[in-house]
Amino acid sequence: MNDIIRMEGISKSFPGVKALQGIDFSVKPACVHALIGENGAGKSTLIKILMGVYGNKYEGIIYIDGIETEITNPIQAKELGLLAIYQDIMMASHLTVGENFFLGRLPKKGPFVDWQKVYNDTGKILNDLGIAVDPRKKLGDLTVAQQEMVAIAKAVSEDAKLVIFDEPTALLTDKDTQMLFSIIRQLKAKGLGVVYISHRLEELFEICDEVTVLKDGCFAGHKMISETNSDELVSMMVGREMTDMYAIESVTLGETALEIKGLTKTGVFENISFSVRRGEILGMFGLVGSGRTDIVRAIFGAEKYDAGNVIVNGKEVVIKTPSDAIDLGIGLLPEDRREQGLCLHLSVKHNINLVSYVDMSKLGHIDLKTERDNAEKYRDAIGIKTPTLEQLVRNLSGGNQQKVVVSKWLCKESDILIFDEPTVGIDVNTKREIYKLLESLTHQGDAIILVSSYLPEVLGIADRVCVFSEGRLVGEITSDELKNTPLHELEKKAVFMASGIA
Amino acid sequence: MNMLKIKKGTLSSATLLIILLVLCVALAIVKPTFLKAGNLFNVLRTTSITGLIAIGMTCVIITGGIDLSVGSVVGLSSVLCGLLMKENGWSVVATLIVTMVVCIFVGLINGMLIHYGKIPAFIATLGTMGMARGLAMLLTQGRTIPGLPKEFTSFAQIKVLGLPSLFIVWVVLILIAAYMLKFTRLGRNIYSIGSNMEAARLGGIKLAPTICFTYMFNAFCAALAGILLTARITSAQPSAGEGYEMTAIAAAVIGGASLAGAEGTIIGTVIGACIMAVLQNGGNLLGINSFVMDIATGALVVIAVLTEKNKKKQ
Repeated sequence: MNDIIRMEGISKSFPGVKALQGIDFSVKPACVHALIGENGAGKSTLIKILMGVYGNKYEGIIYIDGIETEITNPIQAKELGLLAIYQDIMMASHLTVGENFFLGRLPKKGPFVDWQKVYNDTGKILNDLGIAVDPRKKLGDLTVAQQEMVAIAKAVSEDAKLVIFDEPTALLTDKDTQMLFSIIRQLKAKGLGVVYISHRLEELFEICDEVTVLKDGCFAGHKMISETNSDELVSMMVGREMTDMYAIESVTLGETALEIKGLTKTGVFENISFSVRRGEILGMFGLVGSGRTDIVRAIFGAEKYDAGNVIVNGKEVVIKTPSDAIDLGIGLLPEDRREQGLCLHLSVKHNINLVSYVDMSKLGHIDLKTERDNAEKYRDAIGIKTPTLEQLVRNLSGGNQQKVVVSKWLCKESDILIFDEPTVGIDVNTKREIYKLLESLTHQGDAIILVSSYLPEVLGIADRVCVFSEGRLVGEITSDELKNTPLHELEKKAVFMASGIA
Repeated sequence: MNMLKIKKGTLSSATLLIILLVLCVALAIVKPTFLKAGNLFNVLRTTSITGLIAIGMTCVIITGGIDLSVGSVVGLSSVLCGLLMKENGWSVVATLIVTMVVCIFVGLINGMLIHYGKIPAFIATLGTMGMARGLAMLLTQGRTIPGLPKEFTSFAQIKVLGLPSLFIVWVVLILIAAYMLKFTRLGRNIYSIGSNMEAARLGGIKLAPTICFTYMFNAFCAALAGILLTARITSAQPSAGEGYEMTAIAAAVIGGASLAGAEGTIIGTVIGACIMAVLQNGGNLLGINSFVMDIATGALVVIAVLTEKNKKKQ
């Protein structure tokens, strides 16, 4: 049996950069093939070539079902049965699920659309895959996870031969991830090929059969999943042994920096109380929809709440707007850095100083030297890779963008920092740098809240973990437990609590 | 060869300046009268008035907004000058103050409708555009008020440092606005809001005052334009300033401002306004049908945006 796709000797250059050099990559039928590598290793470029995004401007040969094929545009790729599902799902959010399914090919009954058929057929496809979504619902009203499932179901309904998942679990909770995996297994059972791109290595061992590793645009290795382990894969990706990803050194805890008492927003979260001390990293774990993000946004003044008290450095305070929170030394690194954390069209320098302009201006006039010094200081301290400080942030990689967001708050000298999903979509090396940064922040006495739906991270980094479910604080994993209990038992406990079972 | 240069140019303002100079030189060769002081000063006077609005409009566009009401504010400003001075015998100073306050209030309404009312800027200012024009018409019953006092109208005729006074006013405003956008916190906040309003809010920037300020500043520019226009034509007209909002938007866009926000500079807008003025004047001097010149100006806007887009792709 032929490979569904076989790419041989693929190279691609951009002005000044050799993005890919002689890559071989193939996917067999009924096989899940992982494609991994750090940000900038060339994964996306390879996929884009396959999907016809760059037209015929590449070197090398692509075989589809054993036949040499030149893929020159995305429509052709789709007709060949190649389908990619990207992190940010691009469908029409104002239309219903059913309409999205039949977009451009709505079945007709006489001159009218046969809505009965649209919704029945959509319902059937969703049902077959075990996806509980009403086809009459507007896509925009679904959760991110549900939207992703719908996108996958649509792909299946369009007779795809090969489905490419680009970081599909980045925004999913563990429960949704399991759902996704069961769908992937069904695709596999139907004989489809799957390309699976992810930063979460653990997942590979659960769902994939083979893995290809890229490094700096070159082929770095190919393995059967059964014959490798994550340490080996990481060292192939980064070219060195990665010892313990989450090893950071804790410090003696200081005063309570932030305390929340009975915080309530009706219908969203109820009676939330917790505190975080100086030098401490408090983990907040919960599934998507558990209210964690709403809680931290309410503390920061970005959302209103109905009742409760916020105490900062021992004093009860009223925070009505983000600028109130900022004045009290609180910083929020939002969940969606592109939508909420960065001014993408503006320079690195502007973004680093964004919150601090108020401190470097006299009668509104900005001290340009301080502005530049700040930008240089944090670029060097945090290691933001950018050709110049005037570079627009949208041209930086995801990891470097996140570093800019961090710099913005360090520049403001905020000492109570809330990190909401700081490592989503970031490569292993940068993740490690961000964990190291959290460590150094606790060493200088900052209090840190780490919101994460990624268990190994939150259990590995935090000193204490609060678990949230459906708007309630359902349990806590103490620092003793974190130190003395085996990881897999902690994971079980956290998942049980977060799903409302325990 | 010339096309290549435009594409390679890193500074769009520099490219625009070259285009402006080329236009001027070409026109001076074909029609030497272009360089005569009388003609040049006339061009400067006309450009200064619409150019004032283009300055305020640039600030609004950088926040990601748009302001269609400024043309009507010019009319309202003109009518108020006429009514207060000619029919109520107010002094020039009192008239100017009241006119300014009323017009800036229109800007405040724009800002509040957009920020607190959450109405898209296009719709909110379309509404105030109709209301301000209607008010100007209603106050005068649509008639022109001629014969304004000499001490008011003479300002438009005098020269300062050998240059037309209107031009000097424009230059002063250009300097103020350029300083504001480049060197002040307010300017940085205007760009931040235009790039990502939510990130700006979460960064502690107070949105309401910043947004209201840009619309009030734009209304101030329009009011000033209305006052100077009235002085220049020595009569108050309720229909004054019709279509000025489009001229201002065109100047900003030719100058590199993006309606998506966060992009645009005062210097770019000024050059954009000058290019449009030189084209218009060249058309007049060469005796080209003015309707043809409208087509040319429209095409220029489209070409400017296309060139900008191409450059970004590369």
